[in-house]
Amino acid sequence: MRLQAAIAATILRAKLRQSIVAAIGVAFSITMFVTLLGFMNGLNQLLDGLILNRTPHIRLYNELKATPVQPAQRALPGEHFIRSVKPKDELPRIRNATAIMQALEKDPRVLAVSPRLVTQVFFNVGTTDLPGQVNGIDVEKEVAYYLFRDYLVQGNPEDLATGDNTIVLGKGLAQMMETGIGDVVQVTTPQGERTLLRVTGFFQSGLADADKVQCFVNIKTAQTLLGEPASYFTDINIKLHDLLQAPAMAKEYGRRFGIEATDIQTANAQFDTGTRVRTTISYAVGMVLLIVAGFGIYNILNMLIYEKLDTIAILKATGFDGRDVQRIFLALSMILGMAGAAGGAFFGFTLQRIIHHIPFNTTALPTVHTYPVDYNPKYFAIAIVFALATSWIAGWFPARKAARVDPVEIIRGK
Amino acid sequence: MSTDHCLEVRNINKHFHDPVDLHVLKDVNMHVDRGEFVSITGKSGCGKSTLLYILSTMDTSYAGDVVIDGQSTAGLGGESLARIRNQKIGFVFQFHYLLPEFSVLRNVMLPGLKLGAKTEQEVEHRAMELLNTLGVQDQALKRANLVSGGQKQRVAIARALINDPLIIMGDEPTGNLDSHNTEIVFDIFRRIADEHKRSLLIVTHDDDFAKRTDRIIEMDDGRVVG
Repeated sequence: MRLQAAIAATILRAKLRQSIVAAIGVAFSITMFVTLLGFMNGLNQLLDGLILNRTPHIRLYNELKATPVQPAQRALPGEHFIRSVKPKDELPRIRNATAIMQALEKDPRVLAVSPRLVTQVFFNVGTTDLPGQVNGIDVEKEVAYYLFRDYLVQGNPEDLATGDNTIVLGKGLAQMMETGIGDVVQVTTPQGERTLLRVTGFFQSGLADADKVQCFVNIKTAQTLLGEPASYFTDINIKLHDLLQAPAMAKEYGRRFGIEATDIQTANAQFDTGTRVRTTISYAVGMVLLIVAGFGIYNILNMLIYEKLDTIAILKATGFDGRDVQRIFLALSMILGMAGAAGGAFFGFTLQRIIHHIPFNTTALPTVHTYPVDYNPKYFAIAIVFALATSWIAGWFPARKAARVDPVEIIRGK
Repeated sequence: MSTDHCLEVRNINKHFHDPVDLHVLKDVNMHVDRGEFVSITGKSGCGKSTLLYILSTMDTSYAGDVVIDGQSTAGLGGESLARIRNQKIGFVFQFHYLLPEFSVLRNVMLPGLKLGAKTEQEVEHRAMELLNTLGVQDQALKRANLVSGGQKQRVAIARALINDPLIIMGDEPTGNLDSHNTEIVFDIFRRIADEHKRSLLIVTHDDDFAKRTDRIIEMDDGRVVG
């Protein structure tokens, strides 16, 4: 096989320009395939990340609603018609939150558990009140598991974690109030308590409406704000090791703890579908490019065989059999394929780097300044394997034809 | 039938079917002994080249049998025939037929590398020796399409000799050469036959060339006539 490959290489060297054109065809298609998939998947991950990073896989909370079984029904069995039932005046707290959290921490499927205290407030600005939603968070865990730091456009999470009465405002809200870092804002709770909070940073989620309402304090500040004890939480956010288990586990927790539980997939089903469709389209386009390159190799090899009929005849006359000739032309094709694959991988990576450096600024994505690219080696592997397979097939048919060339016809035809 | 025949042909018949049925070879019987320098002559279209290509094992569509070195080739597959060509037959054509992409040296070496009986170094050494004896050693590293016609034919002879074949076949090997180069090629053939005891079977138009060989096989209208 080495002799045949060496002969193939010599023939290619003599036809350098044609060979380069054929290899460039392959290289181009691999370049485009790798770039397209890297770029497309980079965008996919970015868009998915918008939701996935920020959203707990399972959220446990307590919904205020009327008791489904009314006391009258319990006292007197039979049919009752009770209308206009109102929920009881109680707090949206999770009962026994500390115990639930301890139980969750022990669950091996759970990556992280973090409590939240969410409450509505008014910001008092001059004579008007702006509505807002204060999220009391465990800052360390939010940074570790929900990329809180990435969404802070100013300030840093440590100031929020350690300070008493500090707040991070949504960017839109801060603009409406015209506040800067270090300014003090006045907050009124639903119970009518007024507190002064110092601004330590701004937050931008990319959803303009949310940024006009959302703001964050550490959980202790939130509890103090409402005058509640340290065990008062309204939400428990859970991140799992395996996202796909979320729907089943949400149901399980809902039953087990007698609590409302929503999972990320039910809440954001459309994201998965979108991602899958985009990926499929990218693969389809990429494969078409590679197949077109295969036809390029096929054409050039066919031409080469007609130009090299003399060579084939001579090889056969001097003792090379049909299989040798077939191997030579198959080797030709594979050399073109491999050279193209190597070049394509190199240029693909280069193009990915270039795209990754093109500025891409959007208010929706404060941490992103250039186009995202997924450098996953998987795409290189797929492209190279597919390109080699295509070259093999594209080379096989012309090679078989070459193997069948009758040397007598060629030599006598002269 | 003695075992000293390195090539023997029995009752060869061949037809061309395209465009009309044509009986080109009619009951051809012949043989070549070891170390014998034989020429085949005849008019154009008498079938002498056709016969040569049958003898070379490249053309297999005929009736009859070709025995090379005591081995019948009838019914052998393409691979076995290729091995016989590689090992036992050396070719020289009218239009030299070197591979233009390769160097002169590489051209000579290729059949030897294909045979695989020697290492690449040994084959290269042998090829240089042959180029030396044929007086074209200084062309060894040139591309084959850059050397002159007479030199190309000498390189082709070197290539034919690389595997020490039993028999050298030539299809008008001097047909395209001037008288000076024809003389050189004839002398080389003579030397191969006399000194190296190889058989030669040369198809030629050139009567002067044929007269100086050991034996002339004359063909006419598909038959051996003398």
